[in-house]
Amino acid sequence: MTQNRWVAWMQRYGMFAILVLLCLILGLMHERFFTTANLLVVTRQAAINGLLAAGMTLVILTGGIDLSVGSVLALAGAVSAGTLAATGDLTWAILAALAVGTVLGFINGLFVAYPNLPPFIVTLATMAWARGLTLVYTDGRPILIRDAAYRFIGGGYLGPLPVPVVILLVTYLVLWIFLTRTRWGRLIYAVGGNEQACRLAGIPVPRVKTLVYTASGFFAGLTGLVLTARLVSAQPTAGAGYELDAIAAVILGGTSLAGGRGSILGTLVGALIMGVLDNGLNLMNVSPFYQEVAKGLVILGAVLLDWALHRAGALGLRPAAKETAPGEGSGPDPSALASH
Amino acid sequence: MPDRVPLVEMRGISKRFGAVQALQDVHLTLAPGEVLGLVGDNSAGKSTLMKILAGALQPDGGQIFFRGEPVRLASPREARDLGIAMVYQDFALAENMDVAQNIFLGRWPGWFVVNRRAMDAAARAVLDELGIEMPSLRQPVALLSGGRKQAVAIARAYAASPQVLIMDEPTANLSQAAAQQVMGMVRTLKAKGVSVIIINHRIEEVFDVSDRIMVLKHGRNVGTRVTAQTHIDEIMALILRGEAAS
Repeated sequence: MTQNRWVAWMQRYGMFAILVLLCLILGLMHERFFTTANLLVVTRQAAINGLLAAGMTLVILTGGIDLSVGSVLALAGAVSAGTLAATGDLTWAILAALAVGTVLGFINGLFVAYPNLPPFIVTLATMAWARGLTLVYTDGRPILIRDAAYRFIGGGYLGPLPVPVVILLVTYLVLWIFLTRTRWGRLIYAVGGNEQACRLAGIPVPRVKTLVYTASGFFAGLTGLVLTARLVSAQPTAGAGYELDAIAAVILGGTSLAGGRGSILGTLVGALIMGVLDNGLNLMNVSPFYQEVAKGLVILGAVLLDWALHRAGALGLRPAAKETAPGEGSGPDPSALASH
Repeated sequence: MPDRVPLVEMRGISKRFGAVQALQDVHLTLAPGEVLGLVGDNSAGKSTLMKILAGALQPDGGQIFFRGEPVRLASPREARDLGIAMVYQDFALAENMDVAQNIFLGRWPGWFVVNRRAMDAAARAVLDELGIEMPSLRQPVALLSGGRKQAVAIARAYAASPQVLIMDEPTANLSQAAAQQVMGMVRTLKAKGVSVIIINHRIEEVFDVSDRIMVLKHGRNVGTRVTAQTHIDEIMALILRGEAAS
């Protein structure tokens, strides 16, 4: 029983414990890690990946995948910067980024949901054509941002917090409520758990799928906006490979690639682990080449741990494997259950 | 009950899967409050016929009447709204979701936020009505035993207040004790006036609970008998040879 409790605790909070442990180790190894300035750097860096990973979590919870977020982010950032240059209006520039992301995500969703095409292929195609469109739109050159208000989105502060971190926290708070409380949030889990059962129960599965890809696109657009503001320019090659970091954060956070299991707060922890790791390796002057190796090993190790815990949970936390009748309690005294 | 309008009547139903003719000109009638046993060898078309009645499959030909009115059952939801619910052989449960969420899958109370309190109360009421005892409504279905999963699946079908409840081999993967419990639920449903169609390979169980037994073979009707006026040997002969022993 105590062992079961430990497994259950680790399943729930294991990654958070690892994040804390990682911070403590880095703090011991480098005196600058725990300075306010450095922690703000970590969170601001993690914000970009965290925003992408937020949308990715919704998609992966349904058992899907979105490889297009890096390219969508780039196109959204470019169109946003272009809109700013053309109109000089911050509102239009922001709306342009969000609209581009949402529309591209919606297109992904339609193809995944209605012809039921494999999400891997659909979003791989979007990854290619959205990147192509970005290069066409920018002619392969960065678009500079001169507007101070726009730059504020990436580099400003609200009170003590960098604006990207505020956006990140609001996003996760909203998604956490959405996923744990609302009908559509719970439907995302149900569809990931058993799509066929959902269809038979009359749940509009295609609409749920369209929703998650659209949301992922929206957050990619939002990330494009923040990244463009932070880099003070829209780079045509921005976001290349970011989809993998986002997926890694989701998996580190304990969300199952098979769908139906995971949490948005886990993803936040996953994104922070990756941010802290990046930062720590930088502080310790590890060569960028070795940093990639270290990141890969940490992801593998974390996923192995998650697998081992859930395997232990599946073996240890289930009730006795022997068949019980539907009306039969595991306890011998039926009156004990009357209190329910 | 020949004088009454049947609750369900299926006429001339046919269904083809590629080169396989799964059903050919199949008829079925079901009276209000009746328990109909649907039996036949593997691939006789029992499940296909029932999925058509539950709206999960569309027939190639034939008509379905509900209370004498012709109906088109385009989806499981339409069938459910009409009063026809089905318990699928594989339970069709979202195993990552908890008991109450599965019982009301697709019909969670609350417009934007799921009303857990109302859902739990309603789930408890449904389980009590069926005499199912479930320690926790918040337990993921994946952690339940096979018998309890079946109970959740039946509770979900019953929660839709159906007039017809279809069960596809509800005891196939259950222990003897659990199977008895399920048969008890069939009697409870009948007592509440719900018509039940039960597909079952265990012929003795069918004799135990049914009013009539309908036999399919190779996608065709080969005979329907009133349970009280037939014998296991006759039904077995129909299943195996497609004709009654003379």
